[in-house]
Amino acid sequence: MDSGLLRVQLSVNGQRHALALEPRRVLLDVLRDDLGLTGAKKVCDMGNCGACTVLVDGRPMYSCLMLALDWREAAITTIEGLGEPGQLDPVQQAFITADAYQCGFCTPGQIMSVKGLLDTTPEPTDAQIMRALSGNLCRCGAYGNIMRAARIAAGRDPGTDETGSDTA
Amino acid sequence: MKPFDYAAPVNLDHSLRALARGRGTRALAGGTDLLALMKARVASPDVLLNVKQLRDLSRDIALDERGASLGALVTLADIELDPAIAQAFPALAQAAASAATPQLRNMATLGGTLLQRPRCWYFRSERFECWLKGGTECHARHGENQFHAVFDTGCCRAVHPSDVACALSALKAEIELRGSHGPRRLAIGEFFDPPREGRRVETVLRDDELVVAVHVPRPAPGSRSIYLKAMDRAAWAFALVSVAACLRMDEDRVAELELVLGGVATVPWPVGEALRHLVGKPLAARAIAEAARGALAGAEPLRMNAYKLPLAQALIRRALHSLAGSASEAVSLAPELHRGPP
Repeated sequence: MDSGLLRVQLSVNGQRHALALEPRRVLLDVLRDDLGLTGAKKVCDMGNCGACTVLVDGRPMYSCLMLALDWREAAITTIEGLGEPGQLDPVQQAFITADAYQCGFCTPGQIMSVKGLLDTTPEPTDAQIMRALSGNLCRCGAYGNIMRAARIAAGRDPGTDETGSDTA
Repeated sequence: MKPFDYAAPVNLDHSLRALARGRGTRALAGGTDLLALMKARVASPDVLLNVKQLRDLSRDIALDERGASLGALVTLADIELDPAIAQAFPALAQAAASAATPQLRNMATLGGTLLQRPRCWYFRSERFECWLKGGTECHARHGENQFHAVFDTGCCRAVHPSDVACALSALKAEIELRGSHGPRRLAIGEFFDPPREGRRVETVLRDDELVVAVHVPRPAPGSRSIYLKAMDRAAWAFALVSVAACLRMDEDRVAELELVLGGVATVPWPVGEALRHLVGKPLAARAIAEAARGALAGAEPLRMNAYKLPLAQALIRRALHSLAGSASEAVSLAPELHRGPP
């Protein structure tokens, strides 16, 4: 045992990264500061808000309460891992279509929670969407449009605006 | 958080030996509580042992005719989503589903939820040297105590935060521990013990022990169970008060009844004596109301938490009425969020 740096390989968005980390570094900080993946946001840093949500082996988790060293075996997906260059993931596109944000700070976490839900439950009910999003706070209160974005991403809402024209 | 040494032992025996070596050594599984305590500088272990990666610490749920065995590394999401658990132990599935958030339930382990420390803001703040952390007084007694205990179990007035612990108490679970000196198996009512001088913690787990499994006996045929939780918002809240109840009727008379309150004391709070007179009789509304009052008879609320008494009584009445009614009525009485995903 050594309180210095420990070597670890993390698999993030399909890419392996060799890192030397202090044991106390949490995954969120390593993603943001070491890997430059600033999509996951640091807000409460205590597992209360959901802005740091990433997928670990497909399951949404709070990266602020995970020691990076513990997750060498896992496949970690951040918001940067969704979609392709020039081609947004359908969940990301749905958030634009539904105007599902105001300040946008909670958005990456919201999107990762919806993504995690749809990967396991492609046709969720409203109750399932609300449950899946119950660990993500939006202080702007954009919940109505976030719900609509999730419905659009699930193919349950055509994604047209109130005048009927396609906003997608 | 303060720096610490990190170890990932190869097996359970190595982990137990490492725990036995040093007082400053702590096991880390889901991390949802311990890492938050470390960030708040309430916990500052010298060494963290990652036990989550141990191959010989179980993450499985096994059911047979005697009951369920759940490994310490089973997550709350595993419990919530297991159809066999929902069928045999509804209160346990409902409790897991009502806890925290989807993200936390994907991370948090069964062993960890039993060992969660209180959410009391004095305990969680670096600025208060409260009794539970080695100080001389409980600041909640004369401070902001709206979420604190209504039963007095000693100096500390924090409440036990675990929904799952409350449900497991009503289901008469046993906790299997392993230490460097061997295994032991405790009734859950022995495992939880109010903090006292010389052991300022909510369980009798020793420093060199780990929770390795929880065993839940299958209730007698015809038993029903339920977990009801009052929260100040519909998601990601600890129980203001909760009730776990397990009832078996013989014809129209009560044959067996276990009822445990959460959010009212430093440990899950079994209601024994007040219910005894219900046994052998039909569950009439009047008897239920009387039992609910009796269940809170010994309470000594603080300045800001007397609201918990009528709340607890209402939850007890609701739990017993729904268990006594038809199965479909019982479900419809449980609030939406207390159910697992459809």
